[in-house]
Amino acid sequence: MTPNSTEVVRRSLGRIGSYVFVCVITLFFALPMVWLVLTPFSTSPSYRVPSPSFTLHNFRDVAHNPYALGSLKNSLFLALGTMVLVVVLAALASYALSRVRIPGRDALLYALLLLSSIVTGTATMVPIFVMIYQLNLINTQTGVVLVMTGGLLPAAIFIIKDFMDAMPRSLEESARVFGASPLQILRHVVTPVVRPGLATIAVWAVVNVWGNFLLPYILLQDPGKQPGAVIMFNFYDEGGQPDFGLIAAFSLIYSIPVVVLYLVINKRYGFRFQGGIKG
Amino acid sequence: MAGISMNGLSKVYPGGVVAVDRLDLQVEDGEFFALLGPSGCGKTTLLRTIAGLEQSSAGSLSIGGRVVTDLPPGDRNVAMVFQDYALFPHMTVADNIAYPLRIQKVGRTERRGSAEETANGLSLAGLLERRPAELSGGQQQRVALARAIVSRPSVFLFDEPLSNLDARLRLEARTFLKRLQKELGVTTVFVTHDQAEALALADRMAIMEHGRIRQIGSPREVFARPANTFVANFIGSTPMNLLDATVADGSLHLACGTIPVPADVRSLVHEGDTLVVGIRPEYLTMTPGEHDDGLRGTVSVVENLGTYALVTLENEAQTFGVVTGEADEPALGARCSAVPQPGRVLLYGAEDGELITAERTEQQEPAEAAS
Repeated sequence: MTPNSTEVVRRSLGRIGSYVFVCVITLFFALPMVWLVLTPFSTSPSYRVPSPSFTLHNFRDVAHNPYALGSLKNSLFLALGTMVLVVVLAALASYALSRVRIPGRDALLYALLLLSSIVTGTATMVPIFVMIYQLNLINTQTGVVLVMTGGLLPAAIFIIKDFMDAMPRSLEESARVFGASPLQILRHVVTPVVRPGLATIAVWAVVNVWGNFLLPYILLQDPGKQPGAVIMFNFYDEGGQPDFGLIAAFSLIYSIPVVVLYLVINKRYGFRFQGGIKG
Repeated sequence: MAGISMNGLSKVYPGGVVAVDRLDLQVEDGEFFALLGPSGCGKTTLLRTIAGLEQSSAGSLSIGGRVVTDLPPGDRNVAMVFQDYALFPHMTVADNIAYPLRIQKVGRTERRGSAEETANGLSLAGLLERRPAELSGGQQQRVALARAIVSRPSVFLFDEPLSNLDARLRLEARTFLKRLQKELGVTTVFVTHDQAEALALADRMAIMEHGRIRQIGSPREVFARPANTFVANFIGSTPMNLLDATVADGSLHLACGTIPVPADVRSLVHEGDTLVVGIRPEYLTMTPGEHDDGLRGTVSVVENLGTYALVTLENEAQTFGVVTGEADEPALGARCSAVPQPGRVLLYGAEDGELITAERTEQQEPAEAAS
């Protein structure tokens, strides 16, 4: 064997090795997806990826479950409510923070950002519970929306402020010289220019609320008010065994809106975390 | 249509920086007026104060006889073109042009018509549905102009609108802008740091330094008779020669030669005075060899500038430039003389740098009043 052919063999083996590695990793991450897509249609759902079979029986179970469909509505309400609050408040706050010079502004922003990860975190669950209880907002969806909004706002302000900073001041000044009022400037100029940023945080807020389990689990006791992420926790049969058919079918339904939302927003605006205008 | 009048106008920033310092300035109705100066001289701040984007700290400002000192920008009936054009990136060209009319609550069809008409006048007809990002720099500039024109303002304010164009396009845009301004006859204030642009465009111009006006005049006046050494240095594509001299025996003695004191200021200079002689390289006539009546030096650099060449002559402590025709380019190291053309020698005080002239009081009035 010439040294040259040894090299070829060594390279081929290396390449085969790396492909095998990639395949194993891909399989590892793909399995739950495959499970999610196949199990809802399976006649014998279990932990395992099912052998091919087809039934809509599991979806009928979802439709007959007293809380399943209602919980989707709850999820939608919580997610959209939080999204609207976060987008509106973050837009106004970041515009002000971007345009007004106050000492310690950046420090304030960083402190908020740091604290926000604590607010909705596990560590503050007890104080949040007590606070919401004393505000008489326990077991109300408003309470969940407010706490979620509080937790998401700092990061949202942080992201949008970047878009606001990147917007040339001359755009606003130009509108001002033509006689536009501050509100008109915000509506005609600022909002459209930072729209990709607003779209990004809107989706981000929805996804965050949609997937959040802990907060609504603690703040909402009435199953009629709980969102999908919490309701799934109750999908057991009479024997205390998890009802895989129901769980799988519901999970699939539950994941579709987020995927669709992501695709729509991405197609319209494209996800961006940096502001600025292409010249 | 309206003139602009400023009385004691000042702008002091919160940090104590005086950007505009007690200015008195009149811009006539229909005039193309240039504000010229180096960066940080306050010219842009002055323009923004006229627009109302900056609140003046003292003094008054009126446009067309109406005091607008405390009015918001939208009530001043001015239109501004920004350096970056400030076109709204999410709107089409038509919507951009029609935006001032939208603010004035003009109906949709009517403003569309006005926008089309204005766009046609600026050769933007086929581009109405495009976004600003799909236009070239020159087209963007014309859209910004169209947007300024469409609202029929009484004053145009231009903040370096040519500086973002490449060199050739800038020349075209310059001619275009001048013609447009003459056609519309709208009073225009134009900020630039490019002296050639100001000379080419303006009916009158003001040269600013540290928030003060150093000279006001027509381009011809400013070029031919700069009021002080600052203006002399700033105006002209080749810098003016400013050479130290002493008066003795009725002549000006320079390190590089002796020239007679100009007739018109002979009574204003005295024996033994130290002065600065200002003479443009264009106004020196060069001859080979050494002559008694002129400035002498050795050719150290020859810069070819197309139809002419800028020759640098050196002599002892003094260096000066001479412009010669392309046919008369001297060889490096040759000894040459340069004789000033009659009436082109200017004298400045060595201390204050002000022009020594018989009409001094008259010419200096605006600057004196400001100080």
